[in-house]
Amino acid sequence: MKIGFYPGCSLTGSSREYNESLLAIAKGAGVELCEIEDWSCCGATAAHNLNKELSLSLPARNLALAELENMDELVVPCAACFNRLVMTQHELSEKEDLKKQVSDKLQMPLKNNIKIVNVLQFLEEHIVPRLDQLVKSPLTIDVACYYGCLLVRPQKVMKNERFEDPMLMDVIMQKLGANAIDWPFKTECCGAGFSVSKTEIVGELSGKIVRNATDRGAKAIVVACPMCHSNLDMRRPAINTYLNMKMDIPVIYITQAIALAMGLTPRQAGIQRHFVPVNLTVNR
Amino acid sequence: MVDKEDLSFKVSQITGVNIRECYQCGKCTAGCPVGERMDLRPSVIMRMLQSEDAALEEEILRSKSIWLCLTCETCYSRCPMELDIPKVFDYLRGKSYSEGKVNSESRDIVSFHKSFLNAVERNGRLHEMSLILDYKIHTWNLFQDVVLAPEMYSKGKLSILPERIKDRKGLARLFKYQFKKRKS
Amino acid sequence: MSKIGVFICHCGENINATVDCARVAKTAGELEGVEYSIDYKYMCSDPGQTLIKQAIKEKGLTGVVVGSCSPRMHEPTFRKACQEAGLNPFMCEMANLREHCSWVHDKNEATTQKAIDLVRTLVEKVKLNKPLYSIKVPVTKTALVIGGGIAGIQASLDIANAGHQVILVEKDPSIGGHMSQLSETFPTLDCSQCILTPRMVEVAQHPNIKLLTYAELEKLEGSIGNFKATIRKKAKSIDENLCNGCGTCTTKCPTKKIPSEFNTGLGTRTAIYVPFPQAVPNKPVIDKENCSYYQKGKCKVCEKVCPTGAIRFDQEDELVEIEVGAVVIATGFNIMQPSEFPEYGYGKYKDVITGLQFERLASASGPTLGEIRRPSDGKIPEKIVFVACAGSRDPAKGIPYCSKICCMYTAKHAMLYQHKVHHGKSYIFYMDIRAAGKNYEEFVRRAIVDDEVNYIRGRVSKIYEENGKLIVRGVDTLLNAKPVEIEADMVVLASAAIANPGAEELAQKMHVSYDSYHFFSEAHPKLKPVETNTAGIFLAGACQAPKDIPETVSQASGAASKAIILFSKDELSRDPLIAVVNRSPAPVFSTCVGCFMCASACPYQAIGEELITNRQGKVIKKVAKVNPGLCQGCGTCVAFCRSKSIDIQGYSNEQMCAEVVALLNND
Repeated sequence: MKIGFYPGCSLTGSSREYNESLLAIAKGAGVELCEIEDWSCCGATAAHNLNKELSLSLPARNLALAELENMDELVVPCAACFNRLVMTQHELSEKEDLKKQVSDKLQMPLKNNIKIVNVLQFLEEHIVPRLDQLVKSPLTIDVACYYGCLLVRPQKVMKNERFEDPMLMDVIMQKLGANAIDWPFKTECCGAGFSVSKTEIVGELSGKIVRNATDRGAKAIVVACPMCHSNLDMRRPAINTYLNMKMDIPVIYITQAIALAMGLTPRQAGIQRHFVPVNLTVNR
Repeated sequence: MVDKEDLSFKVSQITGVNIRECYQCGKCTAGCPVGERMDLRPSVIMRMLQSEDAALEEEILRSKSIWLCLTCETCYSRCPMELDIPKVFDYLRGKSYSEGKVNSESRDIVSFHKSFLNAVERNGRLHEMSLILDYKIHTWNLFQDVVLAPEMYSKGKLSILPERIKDRKGLARLFKYQFKKRKS
Repeated sequence: MSKIGVFICHCGENINATVDCARVAKTAGELEGVEYSIDYKYMCSDPGQTLIKQAIKEKGLTGVVVGSCSPRMHEPTFRKACQEAGLNPFMCEMANLREHCSWVHDKNEATTQKAIDLVRTLVEKVKLNKPLYSIKVPVTKTALVIGGGIAGIQASLDIANAGHQVILVEKDPSIGGHMSQLSETFPTLDCSQCILTPRMVEVAQHPNIKLLTYAELEKLEGSIGNFKATIRKKAKSIDENLCNGCGTCTTKCPTKKIPSEFNTGLGTRTAIYVPFPQAVPNKPVIDKENCSYYQKGKCKVCEKVCPTGAIRFDQEDELVEIEVGAVVIATGFNIMQPSEFPEYGYGKYKDVITGLQFERLASASGPTLGEIRRPSDGKIPEKIVFVACAGSRDPAKGIPYCSKICCMYTAKHAMLYQHKVHHGKSYIFYMDIRAAGKNYEEFVRRAIVDDEVNYIRGRVSKIYEENGKLIVRGVDTLLNAKPVEIEADMVVLASAAIANPGAEELAQKMHVSYDSYHFFSEAHPKLKPVETNTAGIFLAGACQAPKDIPETVSQASGAASKAIILFSKDELSRDPLIAVVNRSPAPVFSTCVGCFMCASACPYQAIGEELITNRQGKVIKKVAKVNPGLCQGCGTCVAFCRSKSIDIQGYSNEQMCAEVVALLNND
C-alpha cells in the first residue's frame, strides 16, 4: 500500500514541528509516507471566501497529482488542508459536470476517489496498533485534547458521529499513559484564520479554550491542527490580554506527544519551536 | 417555476438550501462563536432572506457578519432543520465581494485573503513572510506583529526564501479560470 | 347479459379539476354491457345516492361501478345504497379515481385516459361478480384493555360500568402509568395522585374488571367479536393469594440500590418491590435481574421474613388464553432519551434532567418529598433553565412533530418552582407557546405575569459545566437574536414524547397499522379517531399520538363506547370476502387434491379438512375446508394452491384476470 503525504504550506513554515514529529514517528513505526511531487497550496480560507473556482481547483490539483502517483490513500495532517480537500472531493463527487470542468482546466485526469485521511485517522490505523511496543516513556500528565472545527465538522461529510464529543485523540493520549480530561471546549472554534486580520477575536475565542483547559486541571493542550496550534501557542499574548492574566499551559501536537512517549528527544519532536515553553515532566 | 431575481431565490437555487425551511429558532446564533460581535446574526440573515425585501438583501451584502463568519460549521451541525448556513454565507461573501459591497470594517479580512491568494499565485505555495509583507503594505498595518516575526524566525518557523512549485504555468491557468456560467 | 351502471363522482373539485369526469362517464357509457352512465358533483351525498338507487330500479341494473374516492370510507355507503334499491351489495365496486388518479397526476389527457381505464377494468370485474351474503358471527361480550395508565383505566371503567366484562392487562407491577408519576396537573394544579389513585382502586375492586398486572399480550388471533388473546403473566415470584401486602419483604431486602423506574432513576428501590406506596395491586414482585437469589443463588431473606409464606422462587411465566370481542389499546408513550443531545450534556451532567424527572422532584411522593433539590448535591437551585422542544420539532433528531404537552407542563414546572423557591429565578427557552386548550393560555399568562417566569424566545445551542454552574448558551430571537448566556444551577429538558419501544412489535402482533414514528394509526384522522384499520380494535391515549390527560380520558371514553356499541348486539355480520374451496359435481367433487399447502400457509389457522363421503358413509375424498369464522380473506392460500381450487369470494382469479385483460386491451 502506497501512503501519500500532503504536508500543506503551514507544515513547511510556522508549523514545521508538526511535520518533523509526524515524520519522526512514522519512521519510528516503519511507515513510509510519500510526499506528493510538486504539490501546491489548497487555497485555504482565502480561496474559499473569495474565489469559488480556486477553492475547488487548487485542492483538486493535489488530488489529481496523488492519483497520478498511484497513491492508495492520502495523509493530510493539516486540519484546514484536510477539510478543503475532503470538501472539494465531496462537492465534485456530487456534481459530475463541475468535476469535468475542473479536470479540463487542470489538464489532468481526475477520478476523485482517493481516500483522504486526517492525522487522527492515520494514527488510528497505522500507529495506534503498534503503540504498545512503541511507547518507551509514558506521559503521565493530565491533558485536554482539543479538536477544533475542521476535523469534526460538517459531521455529514466528515462522518463523525461523536461530533460534539470526539474521542479519537483522547483514546490515543490514554494509550500514551496520559489522562485525557473531560472538558466542554473540545470542538469550540479557536478563531481560525483571523490570526492576523482580527487578532482580538482569536484572543477571546482561544482565551476561553485555554482558560477552561487550565481550570479543569489540564497540564497541556493537545492539538492536531496547525491553525489551532498557532492560535493557542503563538497568539498567547493576545490570549493573556483578553484573560488579563498569564496562562502557562503549553500546546503540543498529538504527533509530538507520541514522539516523546516513543522516547525521541524533545528536539526531535520539535518542542523547542514553541512560543509557550513545554515542560511535560510535571507529573500528576 | 417563475424565474425570480431576488437574493433568497438565488441562494436557494445555487446553494440548494431552502431558506423557507428556517423557523427562526435561533440555535445557529446561540452557538455562533462570533454571534456577539455580528451586526446581523445568522438567524437574522436567514429571516431577512425570507422577507424577499431588496433593501434588506442589500443590507446583508454590506454587513460585517458575512465576513466575521469563521466557517466553523457549528451552526450547520446543530441546526434542527439541517440547513447549511455556512454554504449560504459562502455565497453571500462571493456576491458581496464581486459586487464591491464589502463592509469597510471588514476590508482587513478581505485584504488578508487577497494577500494570501497573491502569495499563492506567485509561488504555488504560501510563503508566510511574503503574505505578511503583502498584507502590511495593503492595510498599512505596518507595526502589527513586529515582535512576532523575529521570534518566529529564531524558532525556525519563518523562512526567508519562498518554496516555489515547478508547474507554475498550470497554476497560472487555474488563477485565470472562471467557471462556465451554469444555466440558472 | 350484464346491465351495468357507471357513476362518476367529481368529489367537488378533487377529481374533476384534474380528470374530465363528463368524458369518463360518456366513454364508460359506450362500453359493452354498460346500460347507464352519469357523472355528478358529490355521489356520496343524498342526491347522489338517489341517482344510483333510481337507476338500479328504473334500468334494472345488475351491477354498479362508482368511480370516486378510495373504497376505504365510502364502499359501505355505496353498497348500502345498492342494497336499498334491491341489488346485492357485493354487485357494487369502486374505481379509485381520486387517490389513484387525480391526486397523483397533473391535469392532462393521459390522466383522463387513466381514469377511463380504471373504470373499464372494474366494469369487466363486476360482470363476473356474484351475489354474496354477509356472515353472521356471535359476539363475545368481554373487552381486552391493554395498558393500565389513565387511558386504560378510563376505558376499563366505562366498559365495566356498562355491564360488560373487562380484562385489563398491564406490563408493570402496578397500574397508574405516567400519570401516577406526575406532581400536579395543568391547568388547575390539582394533584395527580389525588385524582388518579381513587380510580385505580375502583379498577381493582370492580366486579366486572379482571386485572392482570405484570402481564403482556403474547398473541392475538381471530377477528371482531371473537378474538382469542394469549397473555403472558410474568412470574411475580409471589403467591398473590397468600401475600397480604404487609411490606416486610421490601423493607428487609438487602439489594437496595436499584434505580427506581417510578422515580426515573432519582431514587432507589429493592429487588423485591412495589413500584410506589399507592400501587395497585399493592403486592410486590421480585425483579429477577437484580435479585441476589436469582443471580447468585444465595439470599432468600424475603422468604424468611414473609409472615404468610407467599414467596415462590420456582414460579414461572404463565400463558393464559382468553376470548374477547373487542380490544382497546392504551399502551401510552415514552419520552425521548435526551442523550440524543450531546450538546446539552444529559447523562454527563447530573443536574441536566428531563421534564419527567422534574415531576418526581416536585411530587410530594418523590425522592425529595416535593422539595426542588438538584440531583448532584441536593442543593436548592437558585436559577433554573427549562428548555422546550428538546427533541420535538427537530427533524435533525428524527422528530419533526410537536409533542403537544411540553409547552403546558414546562409552564407548570416553572410555576411550581416559583411557588416552592420564592427567591429563585426561572427561564424558559421556547420557540412557540402552544396553549390551545380550555384555560391553557390563561395558565401560561399566569406563569409569565404573576409568577414572573422569564420566557426567552430562542433555542439553546449548548450546555456545559464551568465552576459548578451549568452554562446555558441560548439566544433571544425577539431582541435581534442577541446571544444569551445563563449560569444555571439546574436545567430541565422538555424531551419529546415518543412511541413506546415495543410499539411496532405490538402493532404487528395485532395487525393494526402504525405511522413512521411507531404511533398506532387511527382508521380516519377525522371521522374514526378511536378505531384502527382492524375492526374491533380501538385506540385510547398517547399510543396514538402525544396527548394530555383531558384528551386521553376523552379518547378512552370514546374507545370504550365503541366497544359498548359492539357489545350491544348479540351477533354481527362480517363481509363474506373470504376464501372458499370450490366444489363441483360428482365424480370430481372438488379440484382440491388435499395437499394442504394452503393450511400450512394460512396465518390464521382457518383451514381444516373436510371428508367427502358416499351414501354408505365411505370416505371418497379428503379436501381442504375454510372456517369462515376465522378466515380474514388475506388470499395467501390462493397463491399457494397449485390446483387453483381456492378463491377469495369477490376477488376470484377469474375476476382478477378479467381486470388485467381489460387493462391490456387498451386501445
